[in-house]
Amino acid sequence: MQWFNIVLQGVLIGGLYAMFAAGLSLIFGVMRLVNIAHGDLIVLAAYVSLVVTQAMGVDPLTSLLLVVPVMAVIGYALQRGLLNRTLGDDLLPPLLVTFGLSIIIQNGLLELFTADSRRLQAGAIEVQAFELLQGVWIGVLPLLQFAIAVAVIAGLQILFYRTALGRAFRATSDDPSVAQLMGLDTRHVFAMAMALSLAVIAIAGVFLAVRTNFDPAIGPARLIFGFEAVIIGGLGSMWGTLAGGIILGVSQAIGAQIDPGWQLLAGHIVFLAILAARPQGFFPKVSG
Amino acid sequence: MSRVEHATPSSRVGVALIALALVVLAVAPYWSDRQTLRLLAEIYAFVALASLWNLLAGYAGLVSVGQQAFVGLGGYVLFALAILLGVHPIAAILIAGPIGALVAIPVAALIFRLRGAYFAIGTWVVAEVFRLLASQVSVLGGGSGISLPAAVVVAMAPSRQMREFEIYWLALTLTVIALGAIVILLRSRHGLALTAIRDNELAAQSNGIDVWRIKFIVYVLTAFGTAMIGALIFLQKLRISPDTAFSVNDWTAFVIFITVIGGIGRIEGPIVGTIVFFLLRQALADLGSLYLLMMGAVAIVVMLWAPKGLWGMIAERLGWQALPLQRHLVFEKEAEGKQ
Amino acid sequence: MPDLLEVKAIDAFYGDFQALFGVSLSVEAGQIIAVIGANGAGKSTLLKTIAGLMRPRQGEILFEGMPVTGTPAFDVVSRGIALVPEGRRLFPSLTVEENLLIGGQSHRPGPWTIARIYELFPMLAERRHLPAPALSGGQQQMAAIGRALMANPQLLLCDEISLGLAPIVVRDIYAQLPQIVAEGLSLIIVEQDIAQALRAASRVYCLQEGRVALNGPARELTREMISAAYFGV
Repeated sequence: MQWFNIVLQGVLIGGLYAMFAAGLSLIFGVMRLVNIAHGDLIVLAAYVSLVVTQAMGVDPLTSLLLVVPVMAVIGYALQRGLLNRTLGDDLLPPLLVTFGLSIIIQNGLLELFTADSRRLQAGAIEVQAFELLQGVWIGVLPLLQFAIAVAVIAGLQILFYRTALGRAFRATSDDPSVAQLMGLDTRHVFAMAMALSLAVIAIAGVFLAVRTNFDPAIGPARLIFGFEAVIIGGLGSMWGTLAGGIILGVSQAIGAQIDPGWQLLAGHIVFLAILAARPQGFFPKVSG
Repeated sequence: MSRVEHATPSSRVGVALIALALVVLAVAPYWSDRQTLRLLAEIYAFVALASLWNLLAGYAGLVSVGQQAFVGLGGYVLFALAILLGVHPIAAILIAGPIGALVAIPVAALIFRLRGAYFAIGTWVVAEVFRLLASQVSVLGGGSGISLPAAVVVAMAPSRQMREFEIYWLALTLTVIALGAIVILLRSRHGLALTAIRDNELAAQSNGIDVWRIKFIVYVLTAFGTAMIGALIFLQKLRISPDTAFSVNDWTAFVIFITVIGGIGRIEGPIVGTIVFFLLRQALADLGSLYLLMMGAVAIVVMLWAPKGLWGMIAERLGWQALPLQRHLVFEKEAEGKQ
Repeated sequence: MPDLLEVKAIDAFYGDFQALFGVSLSVEAGQIIAVIGANGAGKSTLLKTIAGLMRPRQGEILFEGMPVTGTPAFDVVSRGIALVPEGRRLFPSLTVEENLLIGGQSHRPGPWTIARIYELFPMLAERRHLPAPALSGGQQQMAAIGRALMANPQLLLCDEISLGLAPIVVRDIYAQLPQIVAEGLSLIIVEQDIAQALRAASRVYCLQEGRVALNGPARELTREMISAAYFGV
């Protein structure tokens, strides 16, 4: 039973990793951009939520009402003002600019908030749990987070494949030139994609802030988890990303059970093993 | 009959100046103080690291944000060999190179399956794995790290001054060798292939250049050099820990900023960039994390509006080359006619 | 009455390479113009510049009397000019129907709707949910034309719609031309197939190395005049 419990916990945190990955995957799909500052933006969202909860006295989940639009606007402005200039055939500019952005965000947060570890309190819901099967307990909050993660991914699928905006994303990703002939301003389309990505990041950031301690330096690790989930699941597939997140979460949980120091290593090793054995991931739709 | 010449008027001046600088720097222990020597050694290490990163990213098109994996590996090889096997530190530094190269082979086999920015993050993952593995090695201090025992330190030279001189000359020598090796590589046929890859990878491939084999070789050679420099760096520091050995900020962020600001894809770029970096560091030392923030902003600005970096701008405008790396064909008849 | 489209002495460049030298052209409302010329003569460049994918370095373009020189492509569509690009270039990630729908993204009012496109090209209706790459060349061309019509343009630019298609398929497509222009749509067709161009158009321009070498009413042009202009002899 204990192993079942451990795997279950791994699955639930996998939902969070899948959310880290979803934003990354979206941006890569639409504009072939990998945002190295992705993890730091998740941490930024956590701090924005911190400010909102402190300033307005609301709980973290309610703060989402403000954090999501704020991050979406930041995403739009970031893409339109800075990242659109890096797009093109050359690989270096987007990589180095987002790397520079990562450093700026980390150190900016350090200056504003110091390196102190923070945590957001969600109240009673944090300790509530129910017994699923005999001896198997699920926390209400982790389950809620997992459910929301699945809903977010389902929502993104629907958006991409059943709405005009999703059509615009796919068309612009296929052929930006001809997309313009359809009346699509590609600068705007890319910025909308980034805004959407940051909206997802906002949700992920708030969940992260409630779940663990956070400080300005933990961004890169979140980027790596998101990235590993994307590669394990397979590029271009949203549901694959969910599967990838779950596989990663479960690997880490099993690793932690063997030895607490092995938690992160287990995840990385599973990632590298999958990279070695099945580099296209489990559910690939596009090639890297 | 014709032959290929590499020198240009400006490169002759450049070589002369560099030779002069080397002479002055070689005798630095006799005209400068201990602090300056340490600073110079640090500068050499960064010039070497940045030049190696430049070779990887600017010429082979492999952007790595995980070179700290090999810096830390080199450091840990040094400490492991010296502490556990009683190897002389300088010998250990020389052994770190081949070990770095050997480790790079399976690493490359894995991460070469990734492309572009995903490759970059893959290199980061590898560095993280190395860091986590190092924390597990308790005989080398585990997560908190370890200091170089006095016995090992003394084995290098009896007096502290002599040891400092030795480390300084070692740093200078290794850096000159690294740069020299890079110049020789770039002047060779493989170097021509690399320059072609730098300019247009697809065209290079359709001209019959085995792009992936060359990238693989460059990755392994860069790991070789980076590991040796890493060993040297930690010999100077006398202490190692997983977080310092595999620090992204120290060994990747600074190196990238140096190369971007100095000029990617040109061999003089890292040298110019390192000088600028250290001048800025002296000027802005008290600013703490604001300093890194500014470096990030400067790197972004340079990348977007001056993508060829400082040296790139100067070299293009004035047609300068500090080192003889150009290739032009000289026909015998032409040479005769000039007589 | 002012012309629908007036192109006045435009120069266009690809980097340092000049592709168009002082090219002028005009289209009246309801007219069909053909632009012919050898490969590399500048025909596609001309259409791309009119559609806003490229900016001319010199000269101006007036549409319905108002300047559109340098207007970006996504704005040009909402003004009423649509381009069927060379090589069809349907969006591979989209189905046939989605390709048509996205053609209507600019929401310009007009007679063309999805239902009407399906009436015009029934084989598209049969394949509406297939991914675009699953169609044959001829069907893709029809879809590309339908996609451009969904923008309800006043002026339709067709870049080499016969390229790579069997003659019978080309004839089928051109057979729909009268229906397409029935409401007064104007057309510029760039064609390699000179005979087809002469049959469909009322006026012909011939480009040679970026310059207008010949322009006149289709029925007044002889084989010799066209050869001379085409090849520059």
